Amino acid sequence: MPLLEIKNATQRFGGVVAVDNVSMHVDEGEVFALVGPNGAGKSTVFNLLSRFYTPAQGSITFDGKDLLKLTSDKVPSLGIARTFQNIELFEQATVLQNLLVGRHRHRKSTALSEIFFTPGVRKEERRHRDAVEQVIDFLDLQAFRDKMIAGLPYGVRKVVELGRALATEPKLLLLDEPASGLSVEETQDMAFWIEDIQKQMGITVLMVEHDMGLVSAVSDRVLALADGKELATGAPSQVQSHPAVIEAYLGTSGIQKGGTKVEGDKPKKGAAA
Amino acid sequence: MRFVFKTSYDADIRWFRHGAQLFWYMLLLGLMLALPLYFMWTGNPYLLGEINRVLIFSIAGMGLMLLTGQTGLASLGHAAFMAMGCYANVLLLNAGLPWLIAFPLAGLLAGLFGTIIISPVMRLHGVYLALATLALSVLTGDIIDLLEPWTGGVSGIAVPDISIFGYVINKYSNPYAFYYIVLAVVIIVIMAYRNLLRSPTGRSFAAIRDSEVSAQAMGINLSRTKATSFFLSCAAAGLAGALFGHDATYITHETFDIVMSITLLLMIVIGGLGFIHGAFLGAMIVGLIPVLIANGRSMLQTSFDINLTIPGLESALFAAILIGFILFEPLGLYGRWLKMRTYFELFPFYRKDMFRRQKSYLKTERVQ
Repeated sequence: MPLLEIKNATQRFGGVVAVDNVSMHVDEGEVFALVGPNGAGKSTVFNLLSRFYTPAQGSITFDGKDLLKLTSDKVPSLGIARTFQNIELFEQATVLQNLLVGRHRHRKSTALSEIFFTPGVRKEERRHRDAVEQVIDFLDLQAFRDKMIAGLPYGVRKVVELGRALATEPKLLLLDEPASGLSVEETQDMAFWIEDIQKQMGITVLMVEHDMGLVSAVSDRVLALADGKELATGAPSQVQSHPAVIEAYLGTSGIQKGGTKVEGDKPKKGAAA
Repeated sequence: MRFVFKTSYDADIRWFRHGAQLFWYMLLLGLMLALPLYFMWTGNPYLLGEINRVLIFSIAGMGLMLLTGQTGLASLGHAAFMAMGCYANVLLLNAGLPWLIAFPLAGLLAGLFGTIIISPVMRLHGVYLALATLALSVLTGDIIDLLEPWTGGVSGIAVPDISIFGYVINKYSNPYAFYYIVLAVVIIVIMAYRNLLRSPTGRSFAAIRDSEVSAQAMGINLSRTKATSFFLSCAAAGLAGALFGHDATYITHETFDIVMSITLLLMIVIGGLGFIHGAFLGAMIVGLIPVLIANGRSMLQTSFDINLTIPGLESALFAAILIGFILFEPLGLYGRWLKMRTYFELFPFYRKDMFRRQKSYLKTERVQ
């Protein structure tokens, strides 16, 4: 059974159909990438998964549970963590505090016990800190631990946001354009981290990315979207060479547009649905 | 510059970062505890009354700071919550409850009522929330009038003395005991505040302040966390209101007016939003400016024979100070102190723009 399954999801904003009858599934342990030109509906898919939007139709199940029954603040408790395209960190807090907020879903203490800072709260704080330190070690953020986010460069913020998502100890990590705005070296680091997250930590990754180099380097399967419709699903190289995808990106005429599936060694969308 | 060599996670959990910090705060505590000795020596406790007022306002200021500085929700209605605490305290005392029970209960009731009243407008942000709470402030006087059988309405109500196990404390008969009561409440509120800041709740407040979208994506329940913040904030304001009542000894429907709400907000902005110190520095400025103006006035009168009784001088001065701070020192007095300290710590490497707020990268209010 796939970890995440979206069936016939449709999201409309007024007359615009941002996501049009999209079905996809993400298997446990894979890196799945969503690609497509601007306005294709990639981020809308993410916001559907974060439950910021409720789809007009369709179903989303994660780990056997119906995601649509939950409110957005309950989604992380299932083990879904995300980053944002435009970096949504807590600006007036330190890196450490930001990462500790990521531990919120593991919080057991109540506000009352925290006012008295009972020994239980202290113990839990140490435990959270320990988990956060592991993330800091993993992402090499030691130098920035006590720095305010407001003064950090863009590349570091991007890493901190990844760290905050990792601190939640997710099963599924949603990365919204992890490499946008990063330099070539930083993008390479990001590729290594994503690989480590998948292979060492065993976390499934679903990402939206424009950098095709990164996509083909790390992802197992790719889904191409355009105008809210699914164009192709398959291995990165196959999707990249798919006529409909090329047309969506470059506008080549004379090729029939449509949801043609790509044959490949990886399971196709049609086979699992 | 001091480098703290941290050897355990507890170094970041502790109240004090290093020994010197502990020493200075303990010194301050010792001075505050010994302060009445000075007034006993001079025999004129007038200034002690002013200090009491400053401390009481700093409790309310800490309450508002938690809401505005930590959670990012502005309120122009905190005098209303002070009134709630004050009247609840008086009514409970009149009902025969001992002060040690009535006083904390008054805080709890203020917190509870405050949260219930504010819950319909909790989803509002920034200036809209401020306006909604301003309406509450406007209504306070009228509501107190309407509830005349309990509140005494226009004619007001006398605040009973504090009585702890038969020991009666009155602001006039034993001002020193009253000072110690206020100081004890201040210390308890500071400790609760500090504990909150170093625990998940405090961090979730900051998360809501800085980005509601990602706070939600991290599993923070927005409405519940905001309600917690309102509850604690209103409870602190309620405690301050109860003490304010004891300090004023007689309260009417005009005691907790709009000006007090605005003064509270003014206080924390001048002091420095987001810092506990800010609540105290702001309370000092707000509490001492009228004293300074009065002193200056009498000095002009006596030595230069200039009669300076311009109506509204205090309000104008307050307004000028507030505008000055917003324009030139958005971090407030405490921010100014931090800058000075950093200047000396890093001398001569301090740069002018070190504390300049970075322009944040593209950030939108919409869900993205």
